[in-house]
Amino acid sequence: MIPAPFDYKRASSAAEAISLVGEYGEDAKFLAGGHSLLPLMKLRLAQPAVLIDIARIEDLSYIRDAGNHIAIGAMTRHMDVEKSPILAEHVPLLAFAASHVGDPQVRHRGTIGGSIAHADSASDLPATTLALGATYVVQGPNGTREIAAADFYVGFLESALAPDEMLTEIRVPKMNGATWGFQKFNRRAQDWAIVGVAAWKRGTESGVGLVNMGSVPILATSVAKAIAGGASVSDAAKLAGAEAEPQSDLNASAEYRVHLAEVLVRRALESTSK
Amino acid sequence: MKVTITVNGTTHESDVEPRTLLVQYVRESLGLTGTNIGCDTSSCGACSLHLNGESVKSCTVLAVQADGGSVTTIEGLAKDGVMHPMQQAFMENHGLQCGYCTPGMVMAAIGLLNENPSPTEEQVRIGLEGNLCRCTGYHNIVKSVLACANNK
Repeated sequence: MIPAPFDYKRASSAAEAISLVGEYGEDAKFLAGGHSLLPLMKLRLAQPAVLIDIARIEDLSYIRDAGNHIAIGAMTRHMDVEKSPILAEHVPLLAFAASHVGDPQVRHRGTIGGSIAHADSASDLPATTLALGATYVVQGPNGTREIAAADFYVGFLESALAPDEMLTEIRVPKMNGATWGFQKFNRRAQDWAIVGVAAWKRGTESGVGLVNMGSVPILATSVAKAIAGGASVSDAAKLAGAEAEPQSDLNASAEYRVHLAEVLVRRALESTSK
Repeated sequence: MKVTITVNGTTHESDVEPRTLLVQYVRESLGLTGTNIGCDTSSCGACSLHLNGESVKSCTVLAVQADGGSVTTIEGLAKDGVMHPMQQAFMENHGLQCGYCTPGMVMAAIGLLNENPSPTEEQVRIGLEGNLCRCTGYHNIVKSVLACANNK
């Protein structure tokens, strides 16, 4: 399958990319690694008239220690997130989750920013960065602004990004010794999660993100509140479905997804990985 | 759009439509049909080749994205009639049945050993999760990759 025809522009800086998207408007899409967008274009589920290739913007590919948080350039590839010594030390949950995206070939191309901007609730990194309390930095024609991950996902494949804005950086708080777990339940190698869970816990503080449990990635706030109130992990995990609105599909009924979420949240929070 | 892509050591300057997939470019523009198209949806890995030294699924990369880059296909592995050690290992261990997945499997396996020269069996299985064998001949494929790693 070949995508429908489009014009191809290559940006060498974020400012140039934003200027180009301003010029072409809603007919244009940013192309990062292309591992979400190109399959959609081949299936004619997306037919942008212009692709603006932002993958070569070199100063958007980095992982830096910024004190309380780690700053990750939006064009950093999954493989580089997975193998980053800085993330292994300070945000191991994110590095581990990145190692479960797709397969090695996909991780050589796909980027963390592309995955987040695509805002697919079935993807691993939106829910993981949500659980970690990340902040996304976006750049538009009038400068930059920060969007909390909890405010970013507004609907199915829909984010708070304006059409002329671009995600440039992901800021993830350091985990400071929290225990963490990442659980991905699927039946076929390299598949999307039927349900996935990214969770961390440090004393009575915790964060739990759910993959594929609704039209947006879900922050399981009831679980975190229960743990803050002194509940055991196994009791708190029973609240995993409280914020979720899962769909039934060929893989699983909504009820089964809630059951999976409860089990996987418990496993993720009981994990002793540090 | 004009692109310059080095494939198996030879630099090609070509004029491609932006929507040209890298797999189409190597197969149809360059006639290198060793790279197969299987699922065409980045699931099966039959189209795996190396772009700038790393395995990628060429059905999900545009030729324009490879502009300025270096590509190695299955045809670029053998040197002076001598097979690459991974090809040799697949032959010796009967790492193929129908052969359709083999070019992609070999490219992915070489990429795997480049990143992890001494993998465990489990690491080989996980490292090849992006490549499907429709004959389900995984046992000997894994054996081949481990044999290649051990022969180095």
